[in-house]
Amino acid sequence: MKTKTPPKKSARPRKSPKAAPRPPAKGKPKPSAKAARSKGGARASGVRVCLLTGFGINSDRELGACFERAGAVAVPVHLSELVSQKNPLDRFQIFAIPGGFSYGDHLGSGRVMATRLRLGLGEALHAFVAQGKPVLGICNGFQVLVKAGFLPDLSGKGNQELTLTHNDSGLFEDRWVHLAAAPKNPSIWLAGIRSLQLPVRHGEGKLVVPDEAALGALRAAKLDALLYTDAGGAPTQAYPANPNGSAGAIAGLSDQSGLVFGLMPHPEANMIRQHEPQWQRGKPSLIGPAASALKADDGSGMALFYNAVAYCRKNL
Amino acid sequence: MASRISVFFKKPEYDSAARHLTKEMRQAFPSRKGVSAETARTFLVEGPGDRAFLGEAAALIFADPIIETAELGTWPEKRFDFAVSVGYKPGVTDNTARTAAQALADYAETRKIPGEWNVAYSRLFFLRGFADAGEVKAFITGNVLNELIEQFELISAGDWKAGRRFSDTLQAPHFERGAPYETLPLDIEDPLLTRLSRDRILSLSLEEMKAIQGYFAAAGERREKRAAHGLGPHPTDVELEAISQTWSEHCKHKIFAARAFYRDSHSGEQRTIDGLFKTYIKATTEQIAKTRRDLLSVFTDNAGIVAFDDEYAYALKVETHNSPSALDPYGGAMTGIVGVNRDILGTGLGARPIFNTDVFCFADPSYDGKVPAKLMHPKRIFRGVHRGVKDGGNESGIPTVNGAIVFHPRFLGKPLVFCGTGGLLPRTVRGRDAVEKPVPPGSLIVMVGGRIGKDGIHGATFSSAALTEASPTSAVQIGDPITQKKMTEFLMAARDRGLYIGLTDNGAGGLSSSLGEMAQTSGGCRIDLDRAPLKYPGLKPWEILISEAQERMSLSVDPARWEDLLALARLHEVEASVVGEFTDSGYFHCTFEGKTVCLLELEFLHHGLPRLHLRGVWKRPTLAPPDPKILQVENQLALLKKMLVRPNIASKEHWVRQYDHEVQASTVGKPFTGVDRDGPGDAAVLKPRFDSWQGLVVSCGLAPRYSDIDARAMTLAAVDEAMRNLIAAGGDPATAVGLDNFCWPDPVSGEDNPDAEFKLAQLVRSCEALQEACLAYGLPLISGKDSMKNDYGRGKERISVPPTLLFTAAAKIDDVRRSVTTDLKKAGNAVYLLGLTRSELGGSEFLAERGLLGDRAPDLDAAGLKANLAAYRALHQAMKKGLVASCHDLSDGGLAVAAVEMCFGGMLGFTLELAKVPVEGLPSDTEILYSESLGRLLVEVPPARAKAFEAAMKGTTFAKVGLVAAKPVFTVKGRSTRGLLLEVPVAPLKDAWKGALVF
Repeated sequence: MKTKTPPKKSARPRKSPKAAPRPPAKGKPKPSAKAARSKGGARASGVRVCLLTGFGINSDRELGACFERAGAVAVPVHLSELVSQKNPLDRFQIFAIPGGFSYGDHLGSGRVMATRLRLGLGEALHAFVAQGKPVLGICNGFQVLVKAGFLPDLSGKGNQELTLTHNDSGLFEDRWVHLAAAPKNPSIWLAGIRSLQLPVRHGEGKLVVPDEAALGALRAAKLDALLYTDAGGAPTQAYPANPNGSAGAIAGLSDQSGLVFGLMPHPEANMIRQHEPQWQRGKPSLIGPAASALKADDGSGMALFYNAVAYCRKNL
Repeated sequence: MASRISVFFKKPEYDSAARHLTKEMRQAFPSRKGVSAETARTFLVEGPGDRAFLGEAAALIFADPIIETAELGTWPEKRFDFAVSVGYKPGVTDNTARTAAQALADYAETRKIPGEWNVAYSRLFFLRGFADAGEVKAFITGNVLNELIEQFELISAGDWKAGRRFSDTLQAPHFERGAPYETLPLDIEDPLLTRLSRDRILSLSLEEMKAIQGYFAAAGERREKRAAHGLGPHPTDVELEAISQTWSEHCKHKIFAARAFYRDSHSGEQRTIDGLFKTYIKATTEQIAKTRRDLLSVFTDNAGIVAFDDEYAYALKVETHNSPSALDPYGGAMTGIVGVNRDILGTGLGARPIFNTDVFCFADPSYDGKVPAKLMHPKRIFRGVHRGVKDGGNESGIPTVNGAIVFHPRFLGKPLVFCGTGGLLPRTVRGRDAVEKPVPPGSLIVMVGGRIGKDGIHGATFSSAALTEASPTSAVQIGDPITQKKMTEFLMAARDRGLYIGLTDNGAGGLSSSLGEMAQTSGGCRIDLDRAPLKYPGLKPWEILISEAQERMSLSVDPARWEDLLALARLHEVEASVVGEFTDSGYFHCTFEGKTVCLLELEFLHHGLPRLHLRGVWKRPTLAPPDPKILQVENQLALLKKMLVRPNIASKEHWVRQYDHEVQASTVGKPFTGVDRDGPGDAAVLKPRFDSWQGLVVSCGLAPRYSDIDARAMTLAAVDEAMRNLIAAGGDPATAVGLDNFCWPDPVSGEDNPDAEFKLAQLVRSCEALQEACLAYGLPLISGKDSMKNDYGRGKERISVPPTLLFTAAAKIDDVRRSVTTDLKKAGNAVYLLGLTRSELGGSEFLAERGLLGDRAPDLDAAGLKANLAAYRALHQAMKKGLVASCHDLSDGGLAVAAVEMCFGGMLGFTLELAKVPVEGLPSDTEILYSESLGRLLVEVPPARAKAFEAAMKGTTFAKVGLVAAKPVFTVKGRSTRGLLLEVPVAPLKDAWKGALVF
């Protein structure tokens, strides 16, 4: 297996991840470096994104369009197809779980999908990250990554460490929020992003930690990567700027490698400038060096996708 | 034996449902101390796993380890006065239980434990602050559950201490099928025919029953053919039910097809109309179609199909789900929205739903009068309907982009719930014209999606009758958006691989209706009813045929592609079954276990229905003009404040925010706009393709308040409002299309319906006005629907809704970057008013606020319609040139409300000079502010573009009526008084407007 050491040169300077890469699953044939290059390498056929679909996922098409706008090739793959294949993720450089209502969220948001993902794809996905490949979960996808133990995974054991549950308002709401990236966060997805606006569209986005110590540990590791802020840019617990009452105003989490990122707001819903409710009133909301990557009519959310594609091109 | 898994919150702060329930309990018992609630979830499960397996599964699948604990058969210590368990009755769709059963089976499979799981789910409530069981029962049946579909168990603290617990019996629906069919001889006296129709909920008139009697009385070839199939001369229950579904008002639109005699008692003019649909709707579209190339399919398919560009077409349909929503607001509204999604999915070769629209009509939620038996309080209906549409749309991943919530006291009798969906369809699929829908004989009938149960039996016939205390509860059903979402993705993949030939949805009337329709194309069908998958055993063949169980589609499939289709279905975990084949036999033929149970000539089934004859007499209601004193308003500020909190005017943001309005990433023009994203939008602007800037604008209009003056005025207002909204957001009037949805009180005469002739006259006047307006505006009617029995009860108790036409409109916009929003943009900009203001307060929100109706509702004659269109066209050209900064249409509450709403969005000020408003006659200031004359729009224009704008609008009626101010203050200079009529800061007005409809 071509075990990638965590990338040294990423889109911006950052600390090397502390977590040790997972050993590859036992009994699986180790592809040669050459095979990995042709199957999993970014340069051979461009950056390929595996978009998880099925069982109530519903934001896959626009998420695919965002990756394609950023220069990648997005391939929707049904969960049943993925769990039935031997090395299902080998041909991809990015794995993304779009938003939606997997299994209707009837047993709690993302719960059933998380169990199925963990049992059916867990090892393959850990190996994927160990190869230095980025993973993204949006909204329901974020809930799945949290409940399947991929985020924040401070312990490195792959267990669920915190949760996302019903908003304090008790309501599903679609509303645009102000967001800021936490300083010095390790996420490759947020490189060069200081702040931006995105919509949230959820009923279960309140991040709950078991205790204050857990929140402290998250903060110390800078994994509370994306925060709800007021219009002035200060992280806030006040509704509706913090739309759900999330602890520590957390809107998105990174793992320690900086490769796995999940967030409740929808970057794919800010694909074009005209998606922002205030587009007739001024410039796109994105502030930070990443803004220079945006092309005409690009929405601020595109910065995350440009980041990931650039990262893959450089490192994979 | 079943095991119980219960899930409790670790800390009360995680229990958000309890917080909201406690709030409701405190509202219900304001003086009571110590009222509070705790909630939990409980599952009764039965399957192949042992206790150890269940323990693992409970912790892994059922509980969140951070905030919840799972108990297997045990109960933690709880403090309460009463414990209540609430669950669905056996057989009712329970999505949570279904997901739990699937998750258990999936998990068991990873442990190599095969087998099926049965699960029942209940919500648990531990209530404090109650001493009396009756009081608890009253509260939960009124606030927590719907007894039609749910059941509850109540245990007092004392009984609990004594060891009583909730029942651990897993109830399964159990039915005896009995004989495959029953024969129902029709050689009986007329009163018995009528009774048979009523007893079996056939909803057929005596004349219709007699037509069926005649069909079966005919000897000769027909009898021989039946005998050859083992059937006697008398109809089977399967046959009678199939006819009744096919002939229902819901399916055949008998009133719109009727021969109608109309007399105007004032002018003496009288005439006979050869079908309202043919005369006023079809003819209108045919006339307009002569000049339009984009109408690809109208009146033939599930929905109208219009070209979007060279590669794609869009399909649009709006349905109503009034009766089911009256009985179970949540399930009724949800099946409304997922049902119309299926209509779109079944249009052409299958269109992908890309947006929903939702329009509700309720009585005032603050109503404090008596609620008639079997009806629910409007507040409860509002909440339930909203939640159903919200869950249905959000969980399906379809954005809800446009709609309205309208109030009128008589919607107490029946709420109106309009659910619309638009879809996008490739114009060709694998070289085939995707608009065409052939059904070749020999192709297999394949049913995909959910299974069949007793749910929704008699939905079509029940909706074709007035709501009474005896309405059937089996008509109530609940949707399952996730099963439908899986089916949608499967069908889209199957379409693109060419795995089916044609498809249609199973809606009202179930298989009998969907296959009956498709069989018309092939020339016949044979349905093997025993091959249809069932939710539980014991269904009779007639029940299988007409069940409206949700989430199902019917396909015609080439036998050579069946295996491939089945493999794809398995990948998507969607059930697909062959249930028969399309034939050219000329018969609608059903078998059960090899025996024929139904053999009807297709010709009779579809064309044997006798035509209805109706009579309408128009007599203008006695109306009085408002006392002129009413118009002399001392305190204009107090009036404005009162107007802004009226339910029809107040912000609907609290409710609309709960809809996902931007999933699929096409929504550019959103429901709310402006600096704080709370100014109201006029229309949705969508960008359906990621690779094109061309957009689609979607709007609606309705004005039931005008009906009590004249249904003609109501209709003109609906069409013009929808059109104005389209134009305001940037839609191109040359590409506009419309959809008509009529919701009427019953216009068919009968013992219980003494004023049917007046209601029919209203319908005729409405149809005439619709035709006039659509021809004038060049608006083809691409689809529509009618719901004609919107009454409650009989005799003196009867409540009939105000006749209502919902007009939904859509138009293209070349480039969404030229679309316009309603919020004021910049201080110093000029504001123009387009159109003429008249003394038209009749039916207005202003007079309603004063408890009056008035006599002169907004009207438009041919010249008025022509002038409006000229203005709309000119404004559109101005927008294309980028001359317009913002634009808002004037509707409920007139100029005053529209102007202040533009301030809300921009948080800027506006100085309005009434003397500059173009008027007809000499209206007072109050009339200018609150008259609801049609054809009017407010337009904000930057000073540098004013000259170009005025040139663009040349020849139309318009005037510069004010300026945008930096300070957010709304100022009105009166016409008759010198000085100020109004000067008020915008922020407190906005707070009142935003908070008025939050509950």
